[in-house]
Amino acid sequence: MIKSFKLRRTLANTFIYVLLAVLGLIWISPLVYLVIQSFSGDKTIIPQTLFPEAFTFDNYIKLFTNTSELNFPRWYLNTFVVAIFSCIISTVSVLMVAYAFSRLRFKSRKKFINVGMILGMFPGFMTMIAIYYLLKAMGLTQTLVALVICYSAGAGLGFQISKGFFDTIPRALDEAATIDGATKNQIFWKIILPMSKPIVVYTVLTSFIGPWTDFILAKIIMGDARENYTVAIGLQLMISNDFRARYFKMFLSGSVLVAVPVTLLFLKMQSYYVEGVTAGGVKG
Amino acid sequence: MRYIDYMQLNPFQKLGYNLSQFFKKLPGNIARFFKFLGHAIVAFFVGIGRGFANYGKRFVKGDIFVKLSYLIFGCGNIAKGQVIKGLLFLLAEVAYILFMVFFGAGYISLFNTLGTIPSRESVDEFGFTYTEYGHNSMLILLYGVVTIVVTAVILVIYIANTKSAYKAYETKKNGQHLPTFKEEMKEFFDEKFHITLMSVPCLLIGIFTILPLVFMILIAFTSYDRQHLPPGNLFTWVGLNNFTDLVNITKGARKAYTFVSLAQWTIIWAIFATFTNYILGMVVALMINKKGIKLKSLWRTLFVVVVAVPQFVSLLLMNQMLQENGALNQLISLITGQEFAMQWLNSTALMARVTVIIINIWIGIPYTILITSGILMNIPADLYESATIDGAGPVKSFFKITLPYMLFVTTPYLITSFIGNINNFNVIYLLTNGGPTKNTALYQAGDTDILVTWLFKLTMTNQDYNLAAAVGILVFIVCAGLSLITFNLTKSAKDEEAFS
Repeated sequence: MIKSFKLRRTLANTFIYVLLAVLGLIWISPLVYLVIQSFSGDKTIIPQTLFPEAFTFDNYIKLFTNTSELNFPRWYLNTFVVAIFSCIISTVSVLMVAYAFSRLRFKSRKKFINVGMILGMFPGFMTMIAIYYLLKAMGLTQTLVALVICYSAGAGLGFQISKGFFDTIPRALDEAATIDGATKNQIFWKIILPMSKPIVVYTVLTSFIGPWTDFILAKIIMGDARENYTVAIGLQLMISNDFRARYFKMFLSGSVLVAVPVTLLFLKMQSYYVEGVTAGGVKG
Repeated sequence: MRYIDYMQLNPFQKLGYNLSQFFKKLPGNIARFFKFLGHAIVAFFVGIGRGFANYGKRFVKGDIFVKLSYLIFGCGNIAKGQVIKGLLFLLAEVAYILFMVFFGAGYISLFNTLGTIPSRESVDEFGFTYTEYGHNSMLILLYGVVTIVVTAVILVIYIANTKSAYKAYETKKNGQHLPTFKEEMKEFFDEKFHITLMSVPCLLIGIFTILPLVFMILIAFTSYDRQHLPPGNLFTWVGLNNFTDLVNITKGARKAYTFVSLAQWTIIWAIFATFTNYILGMVVALMINKKGIKLKSLWRTLFVVVVAVPQFVSLLLMNQMLQENGALNQLISLITGQEFAMQWLNSTALMARVTVIIINIWIGIPYTILITSGILMNIPADLYESATIDGAGPVKSFFKITLPYMLFVTTPYLITSFIGNINNFNVIYLLTNGGPTKNTALYQAGDTDILVTWLFKLTMTNQDYNLAAAVGILVFIVCAGLSLITFNLTKSAKDEEAFS
């Protein structure tokens, strides 16, 4: 009896191993295809076979040297600059709002929290046209400043996760510090912030990744100003009808160059991501 | 049922109990909601009334300087020695008056018609034609909203000014110490620290979220479409016409037909996308986490990498692989040995829709694995053991134990991802761009377009801003309703002090 049970378990586990291997292959193969084809040295621009016959770095080199028409290094730099600035502004405003909601008690705090939640429910790009005209009125459309503003202006609404984290820090610490004569400002800098390293890292990384992956906003704001494109719309331009026949391989190598850093950053912060999404859910 | 009885139930009985309670309490809750709404409205008006009463009381009781500050901001404060504070109030008033005279008043006076003088072609003295621009409805609407917001802000400052003047007067009268400007600034880093923290983010949110939102909501009630594009043409208020255009299904009403069929597809899409990902993802997560399976982190990473790669990269890649000469057809040709050229995304509506849902499984399952792994580990192992003893196979224990337990714990996540799928712009737009577009009965939409991608097309390529805004409002109402249910289900809002 015991033997047959063991046998059954081994069989079941083998079956699962096979299934996982097949599924894993299905899931990872498009990405492997992307990487392999980005090194393709074939004559045809659009790959005709699953595996290229020759390998080369040319696609990557061309991406950085062949910049007269589509300037990928410029796009990369644009995205990097936008990401840095919107990361700083977003992180600061998220932490400020979250701290105020979590640690300070003031009139109509609950109302503010509820309004913040409701505002977050509007489909994001419903307002984009209006934002576009606002920026136009300020003379900022088709500039990187406009992008930074768009990515970081609403950041304060994303206070939930950080607030949840601050809520878990015992209030006794605040009270002790208040008795010792610390102001709320000092408590924020000297007690709460040093204890919140994980959530600060999470906020920094998410807001840094945002501009690399956003697509719609950048497209609306930049229009046809190709000089100021970010990588997302730039790469989409590469496979549009006008360019696909010449730029397909460079699209692949460009995608690899964008995907690798973002992937690494994400893998580093995946546990925070899970906490953020399930926050509240598990408690219910 | 007493709490102790409830605690002894197993998760499914708890779920059943909660569900039955939910429906039992529903009428009462709805009644309570309206009662609450009534109370809130009454409280609002009572608050305003009290505000006016206090406003008048302060005027009557205060001295001449307090009375003067009802007209000239900051007088009361300056007279009592709070010079900087008073000057700041005064500055606000002067700025507002200048703003109104040179900017706001002109726009606000045209706000109810959105402009009356259309642009027209004229000929100048040398015989060249040029356009003589009239009113620009778009700018009138936008700056009208700006003016209203600024006025609201100045009203708040005005009330604060009268309060502050009266307080200064009272403090002086009682012979108490009046805080200097420096002392009051210090307060902003302690007792009033929340104002310091919140003001800048609130200002940014006000300008770049609330203002555009109000503007777009107002546009839903205007005739701002491609036939009424400023600066060449005027548009005006049309009431609820855009909404009736969307829901009034009569023969030949293309917009309503499009809206209804896209709404149906959006719901179908959201249901399929949510549940296929949820259930299949959970099955894979269970396999990875099964006892005795080795290399767990390797398997997990294989899937999670798909989450980590930016969506636009993986979706554009998928789009390219599904082309007629793309990688998938090459693979099938290689396996079967015959030339294979299926148009996955561009032949029939059904084919494209099924393909989109399947590709979304590829995109979405890793998310579910990421989210549910931790929760799956927490299911009490003895439940499975007793199920095995009773002779339940893995399939049966999945549907009888895992699924009910997970549904119980992750309902909020499920609803959030359902909302996320209703708004899932990226997958549809980057994968199919709404196509195939062979169905000409649809107004500016393809067969795989969901409401939000239609909204995008209406604004970006079509310039039917009013229709798009109306669609956006309707989508918002659905999403907000669902979110409110989620929020009430999660008790975390009430438990926020639990750790304190």
